[in-house]
Amino acid sequence: MEKVLEVKDLHVTFSTYGGEVKAVRGVSFDLHKGETLAIVGESGCGKSVTSQSIMRLIPSPPGRIASGSVLYKGKDLAKISEKEMRKIRGADISMIFQDPMTALNPTLTIGKQLVEGIIQHDGSPKEKAKKRALEMLNLVGIPDPEMRFKNYPHEFSGGMRQRIVIAMALVCEPEILIADEPTTALDVTIQAQILDLFKEIQRKTNVSIILITHDLGVVAQVADRIAVMYAGKIVEAGNRREIFYKPQHPYTKGLLQSVPRLDLEGEDLVPIMGSPPDLFSPPVGCPFTARCDFAMEVCDKAYPFKTHLTKEHHVDCWLQDKRAQKMLSAAK
Amino acid sequence: MLRYIMKRLIAMVITLWFIVTLTFFLMHSIPGSPFNEERATSEAVQRNLESFYNLDKPLYVQYFSYMKSVVTLDFGPSIKKPSQSVNDMLSRGFPVSFELGIVTLVVAIISGITLGVIAALRHNGFIDYLAMTIAVLGISIPNFVLATMLIQQLAVNVPIFPVATWSSPMHMVLPTLALATGPMAIIARLTRSSMMEVLTQDYIRTARAKGLSPVKIVFRHALRNALLPVVTVLGTLAASILTGTFVIEKIFAIPGMGKYFVESINTRDYPVIMGTTVFYSAILIIMLFLVDIAYGILDPRIKLHKKEGS
Amino acid sequence: MELHKRDNRNISPEIPDDWFAPKNKNQEQAEAVVRPSLSYWQDAWNRLVKNKLAMTGLIFLILLTIMAFLGPAISPHSGSQQQLANQNLAPSSDYWFGTDELGRDVFTRVWQGAQVSLFVGLAAALIDFAIGVAYGGIAGYKGGKTDNFMMRIVEILYGLPYLLVVILISVVMGPGLFTIIFALTITGWVGMARIVRGQVLQVKNYEFVMASKTFGTKTGRIIRKNLLPNTMGPIIVQMTLTVPSAIFAEAFLSFLGLGIQPPLASWGSMANDALSAILTGHWWRLFFPALLISLTMFSFNVLGDGLQDALDPKLRR
Ligand SMILES: Nc1ncnc2c1ncn2[C@@H]1O[C@H](COP(=O)(O)OP(=O)(O)O)[C@@H](O)[C@H]1O
Ligand code: SF4
Ligand SMILES: [Mg+2]
Repeated sequence: MEKVLEVKDLHVTFSTYGGEVKAVRGVSFDLHKGETLAIVGESGCGKSVTSQSIMRLIPSPPGRIASGSVLYKGKDLAKISEKEMRKIRGADISMIFQDPMTALNPTLTIGKQLVEGIIQHDGSPKEKAKKRALEMLNLVGIPDPEMRFKNYPHEFSGGMRQRIVIAMALVCEPEILIADEPTTALDVTIQAQILDLFKEIQRKTNVSIILITHDLGVVAQVADRIAVMYAGKIVEAGNRREIFYKPQHPYTKGLLQSVPRLDLEGEDLVPIMGSPPDLFSPPVGCPFTARCDFAMEVCDKAYPFKTHLTKEHHVDCWLQDKRAQKMLSAAK
Repeated sequence: MLRYIMKRLIAMVITLWFIVTLTFFLMHSIPGSPFNEERATSEAVQRNLESFYNLDKPLYVQYFSYMKSVVTLDFGPSIKKPSQSVNDMLSRGFPVSFELGIVTLVVAIISGITLGVIAALRHNGFIDYLAMTIAVLGISIPNFVLATMLIQQLAVNVPIFPVATWSSPMHMVLPTLALATGPMAIIARLTRSSMMEVLTQDYIRTARAKGLSPVKIVFRHALRNALLPVVTVLGTLAASILTGTFVIEKIFAIPGMGKYFVESINTRDYPVIMGTTVFYSAILIIMLFLVDIAYGILDPRIKLHKKEGS
Repeated sequence: MELHKRDNRNISPEIPDDWFAPKNKNQEQAEAVVRPSLSYWQDAWNRLVKNKLAMTGLIFLILLTIMAFLGPAISPHSGSQQQLANQNLAPSSDYWFGTDELGRDVFTRVWQGAQVSLFVGLAAALIDFAIGVAYGGIAGYKGGKTDNFMMRIVEILYGLPYLLVVILISVVMGPGLFTIIFALTITGWVGMARIVRGQVLQVKNYEFVMASKTFGTKTGRIIRKNLLPNTMGPIIVQMTLTVPSAIFAEAFLSFLGLGIQPPLASWGSMANDALSAILTGHWWRLFFPALLISLTMFSFNVLGDGLQDALDPKLRR
């Protein structure tokens, strides 16, 4: 499969009053044509920062990409000029944010907000841009787009607004769509509709999607591959089957036990106790140590190696070391 | 929208009524009626006063007749300047004050917004500090001190501008500068902070994610939203400019209503104080009303909110 | 210690075998305490201290307050003694800030004026606070029709042109210290009442939410620890900004002849008396009171801004 995006050893920090927050600490992943990659993890683990860094949208200052690269069509997005980056934003890579209630400018009609992106990127005349925008509204399921074109965002419901935001992200037919918690702020029924919309759009346009969420239920429905993030690192990644049926990292297992699943009905939900480490001074060892049932001496002392289990499935955990087997059996 | 306007209109009328009533009763609470013989300069004036205020009638009759004349925009005679009515003074003085006020307001708005936007965009840079220093100084110096310093420096020491009066564009420079500095500073600070707030909003991030240029982001997406709070203070600023004209007109010997008003305070010319207060209050209250309506037009959300809210 | 990455399915020789023992649980306890969580006020104070401008303002205000009492004491001259022989003397080693048209020592008078000006400002702020808290508190707490009615009144008062009302009251009552404070506060409290009401509603809302979520016993603690400080923020900022605006308003009234009357003097009345002096070259008579007004305005404003940033719970991380 064709690689469309390659993130390599990305580090992102924020300078704050309290010191440097190391929000993303060496994240690497690939994105293939037409697939959906889900990045999951508890809130605060660095998912949004990762995705915004790809688009170079982190507020800066205080944020900055400390090192690493984001390769897209032979260019390193972390290094190119702001002007070049602007050409990519919205045209090649688009982004959808969590809260549809605040993502749209309240004082501009949705029509204006849709059209401006098209005009910006291909300089189409207004009429043509409008036609394209109307098609897009139709595609995302806004009834009577012609009429609603002149409406302001507050005249739409949350679900409708998210559809408009999606339409806005897709008007220029981007190759990559990054959706940061696109359904978190919505009702459950509307969530399902929006996820269906994603699938439909992907089928029609073959867009690659990075779907960011803390909700494994969402992931199960749409993701091809899954990356599990914890404390600024990807601690486990693999395809959907591997992550759901053969999870290796205790954190991934914990996440799976804390969501309701259709296939494991009757089992109790177990939330993961404790909270993630402070990213001002992240631990040298495994960041999950304080919350991990299997923690060993080594976990505090050194960060675990990356172990490749299959071509796609890899995990950072000391339990993969043979000598940990003893420990495991003791725990059982 | 209509309902919103109606609501504001009713509030405005009540406030107007309140200020007229307050003025009337405050004036009448001055020991020994403010309109009595000792204060008036002549028999003729006294008779005028008596007939205008119905001083021989009970208080409530006086009140209603005063209300009636106020509604018909008749503010009665002056005590200290026989043969002059408050209306005469207003019709001579107010146009001058109005001109000074409007010029000042325009200067303050344009320069304040420009300064504030630049400061916000160059947040924490040199220009930001410079702009904010100017702004804080503008807020910190009383306008009568500033006016005096300007005259001393730019009219007496280095005679670039004329010292006083209001007869040519050159004459307008110093008074406008003295009067506009404070409001400009307020607008600049408000614009800066609201612009900075707006720039952190999600919809600005959305606009950036579309690949829009910074210029488009600022002018299309940020500025309009950032200026909404500025619109809300315009009423208050108009008030401060208006009271500022009292000071500036006196210092620069500008023959406006403010100058007459200060004189009337010094001579305790109560009918003039009363008439001017009521007239100016009315202007300001109407101004607040207009600002509210303008806000409703600028912010499309208002219509819905008000409809739902009440 | 991040070791280089490679496949280690079987064994990693750099890591000794005995590190694979189960972790000591006590260590875990130590890790549970991540970052010492500062109290809201400590946190806000830390942020304020980092704001250089606000700290400059604060330090200046402290110095000013000290000088308001110390200044007249360390001066060799009295502020009220008129010496016609010493009219309009320029600043010198004898008269540090010069003398005025009646031969009075400007240095002494400026600090006596500080007492009056600061008193006016602080009194106005405290009275606004007291009335605003009572009124806004009741309105917010009672809610419903009471709130509606009380806020209608506030709306009307808010629409009144503040300085015109102040002038009117000063004219009617005759100028003086008491009049000024009365006039400044009679409608001045309205802004505070609005803020307090807003904050009370927020607390009430929170209480309701907490109760409905049956968080139970912790509610009181949360209100005390999180909510009260957060709601106090805007109130403190408002008070900080009331002081300079009252001092300014007093100066304005002085200009209209409605300010502090002799023998008392405020910065405003001194500056106003000195307006013509600047044209005759006696700049010091205007300069010192005007400078102190400006510095005080500046200090309160930057301190208010700093407090606003420091106390804003949104900025907390
Ligand atoms: N503007 C910022 N300033 C300081 N720290 C930030 C900022 N934005 C994010 N962070 C930090 O980065 C970390 C990751 O945040 P984020 O990516 O938003 O998490 P999430 O996985 O929930 O999307 C958090 O710990 C947060 O404290
Ligand atoms: S490395 Fe150690 S602490 Fe981290 S997840 Fe694996 S077993 Fe748990
Ligand atoms: Mg997030």
